[in-house]
Amino acid sequence: MAEVLVLAERTADGEVKKVTLELLSAARRLGEPSVVWTGPGADAAQARLAEYGAVKVYVADSPDFAGYVVAPTAELLASLVADKSPAAVLVAGTTEGKEVAGRLAVKTGSGVLTDAVEVTAGDGGPVAEQPNFGGAVTVHSVVRTGTPIVAVRPNSVAAEPSPAAATVEAVAFTASDAAKGAKVTEHVVAAASERPELSEASIVVSGGRGTGSADGFGIIEQLADSLGAAVGASRAVVDAGWYPHAFQVGQTGKTVSPQLYVAVGISGAIQHRAGMQTSKTIMAINKDAEAPIFEIADLGIVGDLFTVVPQLIEEIGKRKQI
Amino acid sequence: MNIVVCVKQVPDTEVERSLVPGQGTVDRASVDGVINYLDEFAIEESLKIAEAQGGEVTILSVGPAKAAESIRKALSMGADKAVHVIDDGLAGSDALATSLAIAEALKVVGFDLVVFGSESTDARTGVVPAMVAERLGVPQLTLAGKVDISGSEVTIRRVTDDGYEVVTGSLPAVVSVVEKINEPRYPTFKGIMAAKKKPVQTLTLADLSLDAGSVGLAGAASWVEDFAKRPPRAAGVVVKDEGDGGAKAAAFLAERKFI
Repeated sequence: MAEVLVLAERTADGEVKKVTLELLSAARRLGEPSVVWTGPGADAAQARLAEYGAVKVYVADSPDFAGYVVAPTAELLASLVADKSPAAVLVAGTTEGKEVAGRLAVKTGSGVLTDAVEVTAGDGGPVAEQPNFGGAVTVHSVVRTGTPIVAVRPNSVAAEPSPAAATVEAVAFTASDAAKGAKVTEHVVAAASERPELSEASIVVSGGRGTGSADGFGIIEQLADSLGAAVGASRAVVDAGWYPHAFQVGQTGKTVSPQLYVAVGISGAIQHRAGMQTSKTIMAINKDAEAPIFEIADLGIVGDLFTVVPQLIEEIGKRKQI
Repeated sequence: MNIVVCVKQVPDTEVERSLVPGQGTVDRASVDGVINYLDEFAIEESLKIAEAQGGEVTILSVGPAKAAESIRKALSMGADKAVHVIDDGLAGSDALATSLAIAEALKVVGFDLVVFGSESTDARTGVVPAMVAERLGVPQLTLAGKVDISGSEVTIRRVTDDGYEVVTGSLPAVVSVVEKINEPRYPTFKGIMAAKKKPVQTLTLADLSLDAGSVGLAGAASWVEDFAKRPPRAAGVVVKDEGDGGAKAAAFLAERKFI
């Protein structure tokens, strides 16, 4: 069975990201997954990678991956593609993962499919399902040239355990001078949040213009915390400066597809729907009965968010105590 | 400094967009074209750099005849001149082919700094700036939330999922900027009038020494097999808050096992 390379990502704490486990599940459909681990920490991660089906783990423990932007990782993958002739390369559909995919595609003369929400084995290689135009159109794409490179959107493919050996193989690597053009001199981690990462969260609570102000937006954080959810914001909120841009959900900003998306005080313009309409369940709270968000909501509550949301938080608290 | 901003015309994001049946390429004919919203931040940043450091801002766009509208808009914001890569052979280009055309055009035009928006709102691949940096063999200073230039050194704040990185590289370089890095200016009446007289050079595939097999649908390394309009979500329930809206919401969440 052909090898499938899976580029691992880890959190700031050094843990294997959930999306890497999801990639392993997708890779098993195409062949035997081999994880590519860049930098330190492979020993601690090995058990987890084995649990989710990694047959091999190629470990290149070089400081160049953290020291220079993207190019060293693409260079390592290109050399592994040349050595191992994998059936495909899977990367996380994060901004950085996609950049690695792009550079690797140029290096290997291969087609790249970004934003896949589903990956299946086709006759001529992997078939990626991609939501286009914010999910208005569903596309199935393939790669016709080179080694297929697929960037898979976090939170799309379920991570399922399937124990394998995860045999570690050290790979010697030093980045070429060409890959050292963009030097990272400082890595600043934003104040650690207790909340889950927006693109990986299974529940997202987003607030819109209806929250009225930065202070008013606080109620969104309270609801999110009562549900153990990530916080999102509409473009209107970010434009008004009530919440940081990093949390913007929409056509521009983050695209999310959690199990549950709660839209509070968001009208649901095309711009916003493009970032969240592939969510599994959608609940909306808005005072305007004509708001387009209600057209895509599984449950819509027409009412003032400042009375509905506190009651909801209280009810959630009561149910937790039972 | 010779700054080149890469600008794409995209279908208006405020209306329903689709693909061309049988081709799986973006339907650009039936929808109004607009300048990619995220490119406006790249234009603004370039104008600011040129104002502070001196230099010239060139708009580079690869696209059909219609793209000329977006090029004029970019010029009306204050850019000095433009290059329009236009050739029927380019239609249906994927990201790999697009990056090839852009990189070859940049070699012809010449550049110290290339500036992109973070992605286009139509294909949303987000891979082209990295691809172009790879092709040109210059530093990739992408996803910048802040750009500082001192002599031939470019330092950016690269936005990451958990914060940011400070990244430095030397000119010539490729930069991409994120949404909200600045406040893009509106074209003034004077700017709009001036834009009509600014030079727009057109380049064909032959001018870039590219053959038609390397780009366009013919050269596409990735391929759309089929596509379908996503079925509308099944209509849900909409209820009016009668003092029990929060309780109803909680009951819904409990029923679906979210709480």
